Order: sequence, then structure tokens, then C-alpha cells
Amino acid sequence: MTERQLTRLSADEMARGLAAKEFTSVEVTQASLDRIASVDGDIHAFLHVDPEGALATAADVDDRRSNGEQLAHLAGVPIAVKDVLATKGMVTTCGSKILDGWIPPYDATVTAKIKAAGLPILGKTNMDEFAMGSSTEHSAYGPTRNPWDRTRIPGGSGGGSAAAVAAFEAPLAIGTDTGGSIRQPGALTGTVGVKPTYGGVSRYGLVAMASSLDQAGPVTRTVLDAALLHVLMGGHDPMDSTSIPAAVPGVVAAARRADVKGLRIGVVTELGGEGFQPGVRARFDEAVELLTGAGAEVVEVSIPSLEHALAAYYLILPSEASSNLAKFDAMRYGVRVAPAGVDDPSAEQVMASSRDAGFGDEVKRRIILGTYALSSGYYDAYYGSAQKVRTLLARDFAAAFEGVDVLVSPTSPTTAYPLGDKLDDPLAMYLGDVATIPANLVGIPGLSLPVGLADEDGLPVGLQFLAPQQADDRLYNAAAALERLLEDKWGAPMIARAPELEAAR
Amino acid sequence: MSEPVKGISRDDVVHLAGLARIDLSEAELDHLASELPLILEHVASVQQAAGDDVPAMSHPVPVDNVFREDVVRPSLTPEEALAAAPASDQQRFLVPKILGES
Repeated sequence: MTERQLTRLSADEMARGLAAKEFTSVEVTQASLDRIASVDGDIHAFLHVDPEGALATAADVDDRRSNGEQLAHLAGVPIAVKDVLATKGMVTTCGSKILDGWIPPYDATVTAKIKAAGLPILGKTNMDEFAMGSSTEHSAYGPTRNPWDRTRIPGGSGGGSAAAVAAFEAPLAIGTDTGGSIRQPGALTGTVGVKPTYGGVSRYGLVAMASSLDQAGPVTRTVLDAALLHVLMGGHDPMDSTSIPAAVPGVVAAARRADVKGLRIGVVTELGGEGFQPGVRARFDEAVELLTGAGAEVVEVSIPSLEHALAAYYLILPSEASSNLAKFDAMRYGVRVAPAGVDDPSAEQVMASSRDAGFGDEVKRRIILGTYALSSGYYDAYYGSAQKVRTLLARDFAAAFEGVDVLVSPTSPTTAYPLGDKLDDPLAMYLGDVATIPANLVGIPGLSLPVGLADEDGLPVGLQFLAPQQADDRLYNAAAALERLLEDKWGAPMIARAPELEAAR
Repeated sequence: MSEPVKGISRDDVVHLAGLARIDLSEAELDHLASELPLILEHVASVQQAAGDDVPAMSHPVPVDNVFREDVVRPSLTPEEALAAAPASDQQRFLVPKILGES
């Protein structure tokens, strides 16, 4: 197979080819590394690439396979990891200057699971600083570009992971999702992204932004690949006290079942009207029709408290972030910058000057906002009220799921917008998260599936499925069914229509 | 219901930056002082959303205290723990002075 053919395989196809000894892990890993070398100068999905480490793992897996050792299904399939997960011995910056050059002394549980299963780690992917942002423009190391149109954002915060997968630089990537950071980049780059149930995947070693919202999940090109990676990375972890002590839902079987006959699907009334781009709306409506045609029972469902969800989110997130980021004090790790013009500065002065030099604008904005929302006299009015909204939302979703099995909405109100468009308008950028944040606030799983290109700009549109906590398998069943219906209609996966990057260079 | 909240002034931002230990420049303070009231105005609606009878939810999945067995397990060596420190001395983190002279 040529490099092009190898990099275009799904992770499952690659795993089966490796098991059948049609090619080696060194060959597929080298193909990914070559692809990164040829396109990532433009795309900038990676902050750090580790050819030696990836090839060493690949060679080891090839040896073990030829010795007849029993290996994990995805053993030898290369993967990219978002730079917010600790990787022992490999630089981890979270897209921030304050962690410039930081090499963690331990692995995140997700990293450890990837290593134990024998997946070569290609490198670390770009992201908005500490995952704060929806465009990857808030990375301290420069933005990632959307492979469908390199003048546009890939979404965020996990734009690097989504772009790496969309640009065929990696068949698999790990993302994290606090308010949509897996699902929205998935929608904007024509890839599949899943935020599992809160607690379904360990957060140990995931550098925390908002602890009650953060969740790691798979970033892939197919629903089945996402299920395979979900099983690999999920499950109970004693190192994370919020980890759910239960087995991972049967997501792989569900992705293979792909049958919506009799499935009750609710279209969320509040997510799809004003503010949603016509091309997004059109592709979404067509997808819902396809599901209806395949035997699903589609009804409209209202979640009234969604009206306050965005406001609650942009109070809870900064509050938790301001607390979590207090640990960057320039004393134990991270960048230390002495204040200019101060003789023999105190620890406090060094701390304040390091945090000023090390944090970017969006991080500072959210820390100050969070500090305000948590401060004495304002706590009840802001943070306390926001937590009550969370209760209202959870009640609304519980009521909705009494009548339907899954909920659907467009993942993002718009397609990818031009780089720089919303950089100086934080509120406009926050509004783009309206459909994705509710899942984080109430801890339910969500999946974004590509459902076509918008007529007005030819850019990818995503449809989001939501399910009750611990019913992640329902997402995979419904999404795999829709994926198959769409591919039958198009005659090929949507990603096959992505522009040839080399030709455009 | 919670008490109504007034806006946020530039002096408030200076105070908050001090609490957050970020040495913001004058330009950054000006920028945030003009931007934060707009964001706060947008999020203020949460105050009218729920009555006193609605409990607060801090966490999407209820969890109780989680304990592990009280047994020794491997941890970082002093060298590993200090490897990324800006400065260290005698197996300790070396930090600037904590108390001022004046």
C-alpha cells in the first residue's frame, strides 16, 4: 500500500490489516509521520512530534506480533494526544507559555492505557490555552488551520486533534471536552467526536480546567473507530475519585448494531432556530429525515432551562478554572519570571509576574471573572445561582429522556469561521457553544457526526446526539446508523471530499 | 433570592488581579474593565432563573468521599518531583523570600 492509502485507512481497517500482517505498525506509523511532515507546516495540528518514540513503540508491537503475542485490537495503530494530557517524558504545555517545555514525571491514566495497548504516540496536538476557547486561536504557540479551508478555524479547544484526524495525519486522536471542545471541532472539521458520560473516562493526569465539566474522549473519522478508542480509554480508575465504578457501556456492539428502527429521537426545540446558519439547519433536517425513513420515531422536545445554560456555564467554568489554575505559582514547575525593576522580589511578586507573563488574554479573562464570581458578597448571586441552573437543566433532561431514547441538535450553530473573526469578541465566541455545553453541565454523553457540507460555504456540518448518563452506547448505535445512511446516499464517506492538501500547497 | 449585583469597576479589576496573583499591565486592566461588565451583564440572568427551593448542583454525578486502602504505593522520587522546578537546592524547592524586609 502507498503512504496515501495507509493514512486513509480507518483505525479499525488498520488494526485488521496489522492483525492479518498485510503491513506493519512501523509502516503505518512512518506513513503518518511522513504525512505530518508534508502537511503540518500548514495545518499546525501538532505542537510536538515524537518520531523516535512512535517508531520504537511500533517496532516493539511488530516484534510482539511476530512472536505470536496476543495484542490489543488497536495495537500498532498510531494516535495523537491533546497536549492537556500528561505524557511521561514528552513535553506537555496545554498550549500555554507557563508550561513551556514542561516534561511531566508521570502519565495520565488515559496515556498509560494507550501505551499499555501498544498504540504509537505520534505527538501532542495544539489547543486553546488550558482548553479555554472555541477556535484554537488562543494557543500560545499559534493557531491550527482547518484542513477544509486553511483560512478558517478548526474549532476548539481541541482543534489540533480534530485537524490531525481530518488531515489524515493520524487515524485516531484523544480530545477533551469541557463545553464542546471535542464535539465542536469534530463538527467544523468533518470528523467524529465523542464526549463520554462524566466519570466514564479517568481525569487523572488531565490538566484540569473545570473539574466538574472536563471529560476526555475519542476523536476519529468513523463511529466504530470512536467506539474502539472509547473502550480502550474508558473505565473505572481508582486514581480519579470522580471515576464511575462501572464497566464501559457496550459502545462497540452498539456501533456495529447501527439500527434505529423504533428508536425514539427528540429534536431539541431550543437548539436550531435563530442564530443557526441556514446550511447547518438544512443538513440537520435532512439527517433527521433519513433517521425517520429508517424507522426512528422523531418528536420535538423542549428543554426550557437551556435559556440560562450558557450563562451558568460561563460562571461555573471560570470559577472552577480560577481555582484550578491557582496551582501555577512558578514555585514547583512551570515558568518563573522575575518582575522587572524589582530588587530581591518576594515570592508573591514573582508569582504575579510569572502568571502575567505565562498566561494569555483568554485565560486571564476567565481567571478574573472566576475570581469575581467566587468572591465574598457575589458568590451566592453568581456561582450559587449558576449551580441552581444546573439542577434545573438536569431535571429538564431527565424529563426529556422519559419520552425519548436520544436527543439531537446541530453540534454548532455555524460552520467554521475565518481565523481572527471572533478573537476580540469573547461573547460572540461563547455563543457558539450553546448546543454543546448542556451535556457538560449535566454530565451526559454527546457525539458529533458529520452530516454534510453547508450549501453557502461548502464547509462541514455536524449533528449532535445526546443520551442519558451511562447510556453512551445509544449514541453509537444511532450515529453509526446515520453514518451508514449518509454514506449510502453519498456513495462515499464525507471526509473523502476534503481538499487534497499537498495539491493546494 | 440573592441580592442584586452591581457592576464591576476598574478598581474592582485591580483588586481581583491582586487576589488572582496576576500582575496585569495598565492596558490589560483597561481592557478587562471595559469587557467584564458586558460579560457579567450576559451571565446575570442566572440570578432570576431559579427560586430558593432549587438546590445547587456542584457535580453532575453524585459522589461520596472516595478512599483507598492505606497501603504504601510507589510515588515520585525526589529527583523526579524536582526535575521541573525553576530552582531547587538540597532536595528542596528553592523559592524567593516569603517575608518582605520592609
